[in-house]
Amino acid sequence: MDTGKLIRHSEYEWHIEPHGAMRVPGVIYAREDLIRAMDDKVYEQVCNVATLPGIVNASYAMPDAHWGYGFPIGGVAAFDPKAGGVISAGGVGFDISCGVRTLHTGLTLEEFQPLRERLAENLFERIPAGVGSTGRIRLSGREMDAMLRGGARWAVEQGFGEEADLERTEEHGCMAGAAPEHVSDHAKRRQRDEMGTLGSGNHYLEVQRVTHVHDARAASAFGLREGDIQVSIHCGSRGLGHQIGTEFLKAMAVSAGQYGIALPDRELACAPIDSPLGQRYLGAMRAGINCALANRQIITRLTREVFAELFPGKHLSLLYDVSHNTCKVENHLVDGAKRRLFVHRKGATRALGPGHPALPEGLRAIGQPVLIGGTMGTASYILVGTAESEQLAYSSACHGAGRAMSRHQATRQWRGREVVDELAGRGILIRSPSLRGVAEEAPGAYKDVTAVVEAADKAGLARLVARLEPLITIKG
Amino acid sequence: MEEAKTARTPPYWEHYPHQADMGVRGVGHSPAEAFEQAALAMMAVISDPTAIRPDAAVSIRCSAPDLELLLVDWLNALVYEMATRGMLFSRFRVTLGDGQLQGTARGEQVAAERHERAVEVKGATYTDLHVIERDDGTWVAQCVVDV
Repeated sequence: MDTGKLIRHSEYEWHIEPHGAMRVPGVIYAREDLIRAMDDKVYEQVCNVATLPGIVNASYAMPDAHWGYGFPIGGVAAFDPKAGGVISAGGVGFDISCGVRTLHTGLTLEEFQPLRERLAENLFERIPAGVGSTGRIRLSGREMDAMLRGGARWAVEQGFGEEADLERTEEHGCMAGAAPEHVSDHAKRRQRDEMGTLGSGNHYLEVQRVTHVHDARAASAFGLREGDIQVSIHCGSRGLGHQIGTEFLKAMAVSAGQYGIALPDRELACAPIDSPLGQRYLGAMRAGINCALANRQIITRLTREVFAELFPGKHLSLLYDVSHNTCKVENHLVDGAKRRLFVHRKGATRALGPGHPALPEGLRAIGQPVLIGGTMGTASYILVGTAESEQLAYSSACHGAGRAMSRHQATRQWRGREVVDELAGRGILIRSPSLRGVAEEAPGAYKDVTAVVEAADKAGLARLVARLEPLITIKG
Repeated sequence: MEEAKTARTPPYWEHYPHQADMGVRGVGHSPAEAFEQAALAMMAVISDPTAIRPDAAVSIRCSAPDLELLLVDWLNALVYEMATRGMLFSRFRVTLGDGQLQGTARGEQVAAERHERAVEVKGATYTDLHVIERDDGTWVAQCVVDV
């Protein structure tokens, strides 16, 4: 992206003045080098989002922003129903409530090392990963609806976890307002065999080691110390979420004209929040959020089983579970007035600051853990929400490294076997059903995650707490 | 997964880059042929179509107000059939008329030992979506698929 089109407000904050049909400015939080590396489409998409009815303050892009669908990936925008605001299926994305959860293992590297190969094999064998993989659980129609209403709470009630897990999951594990009746039979059918599966693409389960603590106080509050071994799970709402996204995108694209919405890009398809279609999507999307929360809870159970067999007596406790493809109703101060807004985060992580009432007691004083997934060969990061972030981008931060290169380019540049061998040489065990999938996800195909999180930190979106490096990656 | 394009013998399919995902493009002498090739391009994102035996047929019907929405519907119907039947497809036949699509996809059940599957397609999108007739009379059907 050409920074000549932007107005520099600080080293990490760049604005796009409203022009054409834009109702509000665009704001990009990133350093100049990251912005230069962004596709021009990000500029176009930030501007397009700014044209949507009822948008409040600005159309935001996080430091990891890249070319998405209608919204940029790494896009944040809030809409006010009282100002004719909209809800957008593209603004949430196909993988509804895709997110990350991180668990403490309580293991030291000395305990882990002798069993690392067996742990990698057992995790790969037990956690369904890759295209077409199926889970052990089959839900009847009634059970499916109960899962879509209950989310991780439903999963815990079924024996897939413990009460303490819910405390450390957004929405306490259960997204209110889910309406399974607005989820089509097709979407439910597509999910039938996919409960408790990772999926493919950039989804993974990783065993990681905390290699550096940046903020001792926050790390202590999160229970993180240098050398600690963690598990992080990155996945979403599987086929159900994809199907909900597909169906509502079409319904919204077809009916936009009827609602008087001029779409600069069909992928921005949306409906007024207060319209019947908007309300149906909201109910279905919330059911999709619950599906993702239940899915990560079931994978947590499978992971705990594997660890319990190899490390008897060790218990995996949940640090936090946070989603990065959502639309949530939140109260925010806008020009001194509290407003109830529908905040879309597409490839962006909520990052609530200290004192926020939605945070569990144990985290309220310090702020929300912000879990940033890296690549197989680099690092992941844990950040903490800041008080100032609310005024910057509705308490939002980046979600990952963001791709720098297409899958097409990646497969021309790397072979899966070479990537696996090179990482093995550095002590990172990769297990995946697809070598081509590994090549497409090669670490070099991503931006420098360290530069991304430093930009989030310096911009004030969230503060760096700890760096984690992979030891084992189960790649979908 | 390399492009199956030969200059002399359309129809053909190809992939084109998208920063996060993959663009699929089919080219043929009619919109229907271009749709068939676009389906093949999408299949090749997932697995090698030449390794998929066209043993079983699945019928697909879609309707949409215009050809572009119909292309996305067609590709998404294939995504759904693959996911729920546990199948992969390698041959496609499409008939188009009056906002309706009637299609047949031929393929087989996934066999892990013969079918390496790189990535699943979550859905076909409206990004870079075009169904157009080129100056030389050939038709192009393309969009980005989310993986």
